[in-house]
Amino acid sequence: MIEIVTAGAQTTVQDQGRHGSLRWGVGTAGAMDPLALAAGNLLLGSDEGAAAIEVQVFPLRLRFVEDSGFALTGADCGAQLDGRPLLPWARHHARAGQELQLGLPLPGPARSSRAYLCLPGGVDVPQVLGSRSTQLRGAFGGLDGRPLRAGDRLQGASADRARPLPPLAVMPPDSVMPQRLDGCLAVRVLPAAEYPRYTAESQAAFWDSDWKITPQSDRYGYRFAGATPLRPEAPMEMRSHGIVPGVLQVPPDGQPIVQMRDAQPTGGYPKIGTVIEADLWRLGQAPIGSRIRFVQVSWDQALAALDELAAWRHELARQIALHGQAGSTA
Amino acid sequence: MNPMSDPHFSLLGTRAALFEAPGETMTLEAQQRIWSLARQAQDWPEVDEAVPGMNNLMLAFATPPRDIAALEQRLRQAWAGIRPTELAGRTIELPVVYGGDGGPHLADVVAHTGLSVDDIIDLHTTPTYPVYALGSHPGYCYLGGMDPRLATPRRLKPVLSIPGGAVSIGGFQTGVSASAGPSGWNTIGTASLSFFDPTLAQPALLQPGDSIRLRAEKVIR
Repeated sequence: MIEIVTAGAQTTVQDQGRHGSLRWGVGTAGAMDPLALAAGNLLLGSDEGAAAIEVQVFPLRLRFVEDSGFALTGADCGAQLDGRPLLPWARHHARAGQELQLGLPLPGPARSSRAYLCLPGGVDVPQVLGSRSTQLRGAFGGLDGRPLRAGDRLQGASADRARPLPPLAVMPPDSVMPQRLDGCLAVRVLPAAEYPRYTAESQAAFWDSDWKITPQSDRYGYRFAGATPLRPEAPMEMRSHGIVPGVLQVPPDGQPIVQMRDAQPTGGYPKIGTVIEADLWRLGQAPIGSRIRFVQVSWDQALAALDELAAWRHELARQIALHGQAGSTA
Repeated sequence: MNPMSDPHFSLLGTRAALFEAPGETMTLEAQQRIWSLARQAQDWPEVDEAVPGMNNLMLAFATPPRDIAALEQRLRQAWAGIRPTELAGRTIELPVVYGGDGGPHLADVVAHTGLSVDDIIDLHTTPTYPVYALGSHPGYCYLGGMDPRLATPRRLKPVLSIPGGAVSIGGFQTGVSASAGPSGWNTIGTASLSFFDPTLAQPALLQPGDSIRLRAEKVIR
């Protein structure tokens, strides 16, 4: 069991998301970086979609109330356990009374913005509508449907949670599968329904210029700012329709907004494109103020990107299983 | 392709696809066909969830199909042979306080439509609004049947948070928010009702086919 000592705003419990409730107006929520979530859970022998604590405002400080294994993935926050530095993207073990601190994500070209703290068996909160993810808008899921705060106590669901595992770290996926263009993070996009209704100049600006992530960006969506606002040939008023994380909506001011994990399940602004599912984890880690490039892909290329992620997960699970066995016989 | 007679199919990344009924306006008849199509498509193996919108249908994929053109073809064929589903639900009445702090954009609707506050409230409380679909946020109902004279474009920039119970107009649509959150619509009034309880097997108060009547409880000028 852990107890939160201090938590920044919007520290929430998230799993792989809530699926099957869109028809009731319930968005999926879920981890902004599902690869970091999967890696942390696999390191602990948990189901890769198990719930974890997502941290996006730092510092986070917490105390272990009892001995427990844990894993840290996502942004490298210079984590320390009782002042001793911890490897990122690794599993660790804490004794009762020890304090864990995550600081600001370390600067650098691959600076990330969200860290995941995984506990053995996944963070033990009740399932609501099939998921443990916090649904902030609906105020349910996670811990009482709200962000974590000082005094909150959580534990891993595994009965073996106090059992020490041999130390193990894995490579961050961004170092295995980097994707940069002109010094910016590049994310791949499939054009959406209204793409052909934008001016040729707007279409060119969308692909060829960079887009800055403004401070008005959060788990709901990122608002971009670019030099050339995107203009349709004629104004559009749309009938509301289903949308998913990744959809790039363009409000009348011409600055696109990408829907992220807490996105509404429906929308009505015109859509110029959708960041493909396989690149949403990259965007989920992109810091406010950084610049993004959009790269056009085909349906087949977007599916191949999903296959690449599946292969990454499979290989990660294989490697961790090998080391787990080695550790248990040592 | 003729947008007045052919449905439109488009991609929402690899997560989902969108199927839009033809035509620029919304009709209950088209919505009844969308409900039928949703029931059919829900059983297709690649579909995780078939989600009706306003005269359109989103298919959220369990696994994205390799052959997306075949899926589009299957949707078009199903649509061509579809029969409308008439859902006969219940009607609830909702008292609304128009204007004031709870309706900060009423003046924008006055300015855009050229109608008086009294005319707007009169037109807005006259119809019985059928629930076409749920979406936006837990328990939120998209309503059909708003008088087109009230149509007001969505705001240039979304408002970062409007309260639960906000009665608003977005383009040619109107609705009542079920909880606080961001919105691009024009809020003209406020109502109080609990639309959603996640602990229930049927968590949303209203379903497609139910109806809402709005009653002006008070007007703040």
